[in-house]
Amino acid sequence: MAQFTSSNVSIKGIAACVPKNTESNNDYTHIDEDERKLLIKTTGIEYRRVVKKGVTGSDVCYEAGEKLIADLGWNKNEIELLVYVSQSKDYFAPSTATILQDRLGLPKSTIAFDSSLGCSGYVYGLSMISAYMNMTKIKKAILLVGDISTFALTPLDKSTYPLFGDAGTATALEYDENASSMHYSLGTDGSGYDAIILPGGCLRSPYDEEMYKMVEVEKGITRSKGNVWLKGLDVFTFSVTVVPPSLKELMAYANQTPDSIDYFVMHQANLLMNETIRKKLKIAPEKVPYSLRDFGNTSSASIPLTIVTQLADEINSLNTDKTFMFSGFGVGLSWASVIVKSSKIHISKLVEI
Amino acid sequence: MIEIKDFIKEIETEIEEIELGTLKPETEFRKLETWSSMHALIILAMVDTNHDVTLTGEELRNCVTIQDLYNLVKSKKA
Repeated sequence: MAQFTSSNVSIKGIAACVPKNTESNNDYTHIDEDERKLLIKTTGIEYRRVVKKGVTGSDVCYEAGEKLIADLGWNKNEIELLVYVSQSKDYFAPSTATILQDRLGLPKSTIAFDSSLGCSGYVYGLSMISAYMNMTKIKKAILLVGDISTFALTPLDKSTYPLFGDAGTATALEYDENASSMHYSLGTDGSGYDAIILPGGCLRSPYDEEMYKMVEVEKGITRSKGNVWLKGLDVFTFSVTVVPPSLKELMAYANQTPDSIDYFVMHQANLLMNETIRKKLKIAPEKVPYSLRDFGNTSSASIPLTIVTQLADEINSLNTDKTFMFSGFGVGLSWASVIVKSSKIHISKLVEI
Repeated sequence: MIEIKDFIKEIETEIEEIELGTLKPETEFRKLETWSSMHALIILAMVDTNHDVTLTGEELRNCVTIQDLYNLVKSKKA
């Protein structure tokens, strides 16, 4: 499937929640000062929000969901679709979406399920909600997207520890026959499944006494099977090879050009990679917001978190339609982009817990 | 494709930690005192942006000298 269009669904609001606890990469002493400065400059990541032990992805998504539902004044009984997109679920079983349905006080008529995607997950989630709403004609839906990546990081791995932060988000969607169309492009290359991987603890490599054994794989990188492993150069090559052409095709399909896109919100991977993509697409820098400096790579939450923290005032005061392009790419390998027009998205104030 | 001396200048400009005039075609770049794994990413980005050539991590790992890197970019551009 290359590109496709969905209709009848509009984004009504977006909220995000991050932990108050902030870590600074200036304090990351596993590497020396010169390397630290180079890391901050190259990745663009200076601060990261890190949850206290035991706080889950559903906790931060719940807070974002409550805030958004209250801001919109929605009647919870009308919300009958909940999708939770995350790679940090509460339990192996049951699914986390079921827990969130109850915790948010949504009716028992709610359709609720999890989807395990990371960097591409936000746009995938929008497409799933759109498909279900068109099948069911459910009036209101909530998409909860977020990750607690820090639970699987070790400070002994310089290739991952300084990159990731925690965040949860909520997006409200409504069935609306007057809504603008949403144009999508989704794709997958599972041959790169180990480019970003948390290898231990699931069925392919179940928990055993070896799982947390730390192994030095190269200077500055010591890790266990319970940590996230990242092949930075491979992810870079994948992203700059696959993402720009897929976005060019999507823009052509949607009758858009780099000039007609008003806001291009990318997954926040690292500054050097994102800027390489931006330059290849020839999209003006002022159209491309970043939350990387303050929040790092927040996995599936990065697109809505960037909107909430960087574009809230602009979007809340729009009175004519603007064209948004969102693009997520990474772990999987998986990528997903969407172009949507809107002027009426309520952006909630960032929730900090 | 530009001459190797200009390619070297591009790298020296992009990587601030390397002073202008330090690199030679025969320089084994990973052995530079100031070399960091982050520089590999910077080189991939520079080659992509300036020459429209995407190198893989594997290809870069197989380059030892600046000359190797230059030859690789030139061959992929052709």
